[in-house]
Amino acid sequence: MAPERDIEIELRLLIEAIYLKYDYDFRDYSGASLKRRVRHALVQFECQTVSALQERILHDPNAFMQLLQYLTIPVSEMFRDPGYFLALREQVVPLLRTYPSVKIWVAGCSTGEEVYSLAILLREEGLLERSIIYATDINPRSLEKAERGIYPLEAIQGFTNNYQKAGGRQALSDYYTAAYDGALFDKSLRAQVTFADHSLATDSVFSETQLVSCRNVLIYFNKTLQDRAFGLFHESLCHRGFLGLGSKESLDFSSFARAFEPVSKHERIFRKR
Amino acid sequence: MLGGSAGGVTALLCLLETLPADYRLPVVMLLHLPDDRHSELAQVFQRRLALRVKEAEGGETLQPACVYVAPPGYHLLIEQDRSFSLSREAPQHHSRPSIDVLFESAADAYGAALAAVLLTGANQDGAAGLAAVKARGGLTIVQDPTDAQVPTMPEAALALHTPDYVLALPDLRALLKELDKSPC
Repeated sequence: MAPERDIEIELRLLIEAIYLKYDYDFRDYSGASLKRRVRHALVQFECQTVSALQERILHDPNAFMQLLQYLTIPVSEMFRDPGYFLALREQVVPLLRTYPSVKIWVAGCSTGEEVYSLAILLREEGLLERSIIYATDINPRSLEKAERGIYPLEAIQGFTNNYQKAGGRQALSDYYTAAYDGALFDKSLRAQVTFADHSLATDSVFSETQLVSCRNVLIYFNKTLQDRAFGLFHESLCHRGFLGLGSKESLDFSSFARAFEPVSKHERIFRKR
Repeated sequence: MLGGSAGGVTALLCLLETLPADYRLPVVMLLHLPDDRHSELAQVFQRRLALRVKEAEGGETLQPACVYVAPPGYHLLIEQDRSFSLSREAPQHHSRPSIDVLFESAADAYGAALAAVLLTGANQDGAAGLAAVKARGGLTIVQDPTDAQVPTMPEAALALHTPDYVLALPDLRALLKELDKSPC
């Protein structure tokens, strides 16, 4: 099976090249899924080998930016896993209310669907005006999309269903206007949002927060990188701060298992001990 | 690794129900089901099987004498160190989890030590994955389309490559028991 072994070697070299040249660190990402995405990119780039792809991206930053779109997973939706947002509303918001100002970190915000979901939730709870949301991601194109806040109309029906199940108090349509084949979300929702480039693999903590929401990001990390990320969240969170994870993510296999206690085990919401 | 779609619950119960509690090989089963029905799958199987059944979790290492169920809404992959990882990449063949994704990553991780079984189903998922298993020296088995509740998936696999076995469920069940006795 020589060719497969070759791909393993080439893949490591590619990841190393990306790190050395562009400071994007994929070295501790889960290999199987990353390999799939690189294979997919090979077809799109019409490259025969990973080495050829490496040569291309090393000498052409635009090509790298294109590759980055394949390496990151910009698949998201508003109020995804409605139960999570319902639990935030019912179990976390009452405690956030006790703070004079609330800082929230959405780590790995991708194209922003979850940021707008949170902003809507906070507005309905009367908290948005005294909140700051830091929305971070490694992919600048995703951040640009997030800042625009325009989502395809065909996705809106699903978002609306989720919003209702998540305990929404109005109609989702109160928050957007249909324009340019898309739904443009009210820009006052992002008045309290700071979008920023931040990597859980290479950057450090930038602010104290009361809630960190990081969902379906850690599934792509190996244990080492997961621990690094949990370390950042732990450091950023204030005493008794909250951590929300994706529906299949847990602290169980991490070094931080004992540093948090569950608030809603089913919805994967935890609280710093 | 076993993958199935329409009619897969019955087929998988039939195959796994007679395996003994000390069956050495880790078993991974993937079924296409609507997300809400899927969540009860591990419990349903646990009630009928002697083997331990649990939903596969990211980061968990595959152990003997356990049937792992692919969770709904995520792709399930096997890493080089033979642990599970999950992904929210786009569905393949309208399926997430996708059998192709599981089989292809498992082929990379296990090579010749892998047996992959493709069962009844109504779409094309699994055919390419099974071919990948074969290319890496693994054992490939397709349910006989005439025995399958819905033959589309087995037929798609047979159109793409010639598996080691094409079997009806009773023979497939016997083969699974034999596999545990062979060294790997």
